[in-house]
Amino acid sequence: MKPLIRSIAVGAALFAVGAVMLERAKAGSDEFFPPVTDPLTRQECGSCHMAFPAGLLPARSWQKMMGELDNHFGDDASVDAATARQITTYLVAHAADSAGYGDMRRWLRRVPASAAPQRITELPKWVREHREVSPREWTRKEIASKVNCVACHVDAERGYFEDD
Amino acid sequence: MQTLSRFMFLAALTVMSVAQAAPRDDILAAYAAQAKAGDAAFAGVSAVRGEALHRDRHAGGKADSPSCTSCHGENTRAAGRTPVGKTIDPVAVSVAPTRYTDAAKVEKWFRRNCREVLGRECSAREKGDWLAFMITQ
Repeated sequence: MKPLIRSIAVGAALFAVGAVMLERAKAGSDEFFPPVTDPLTRQECGSCHMAFPAGLLPARSWQKMMGELDNHFGDDASVDAATARQITTYLVAHAADSAGYGDMRRWLRRVPASAAPQRITELPKWVREHREVSPREWTRKEIASKVNCVACHVDAERGYFEDD
Repeated sequence: MQTLSRFMFLAALTVMSVAQAAPRDDILAAYAAQAKAGDAAFAGVSAVRGEALHRDRHAGGKADSPSCTSCHGENTRAAGRTPVGKTIDPVAVSVAPTRYTDAAKVEKWFRRNCREVLGRECSAREKGDWLAFMITQ
């Protein structure tokens, strides 16, 4: 092999390895959750609140939630059957416990396999990650609710939930 | 040349807004027809009634949303905010020209929001009135 071609090949291989490692690091951290990419899911789930990354809940939670949209935490968030099917398919395929979508299982630590938690803000890991936020801070007007991730995590829409 | 391109731009803009006004007018006409079908005395939609519906405080709905303005705000041309803090685009057609052009979407939000504010679904007359008001805004 000619030296030039060889160095190009080695460079490309190193780049590929680096890219894979970066993806793994991102997926394995508590701070990056791939944002919703399906336009329908993004639009329907993002009208009243941010379209939360599917990786924040296990598939069984999404399935339960999508079956109860007429009473979605007290609000009517129902959609037609075809829309609900498409959204459910997306959420389940990208859920925290889905195969091949990063390792989000750490996020589900201490969640019993028999439970289908509905509130992301009640997951043990979420509570733990937010323990340093004082009750007074939560009542700030611009926060409005714990569901309003972007009030503090400015890049949450792009999947980044690092401490700000 | 500059005049020509400016003319072309204005022409395109006019075509675009006409293209968007047409489906909205169809939606409004459909509500009016539905209201008429249910009440022979119905004499057309009213932006004045629509404004009252939008601004009044209603009983029967949820405690934190007695009025449309609870989330959409007093100013129809300004952004609103959902109870959980997400910004809602303004409801006035003058500042949100693409609004109310998808009948299914309009129906979906009337169904949800009327239940939140009034505790029941809105009538065709109420929907027509409200839409007529927003078109004047």
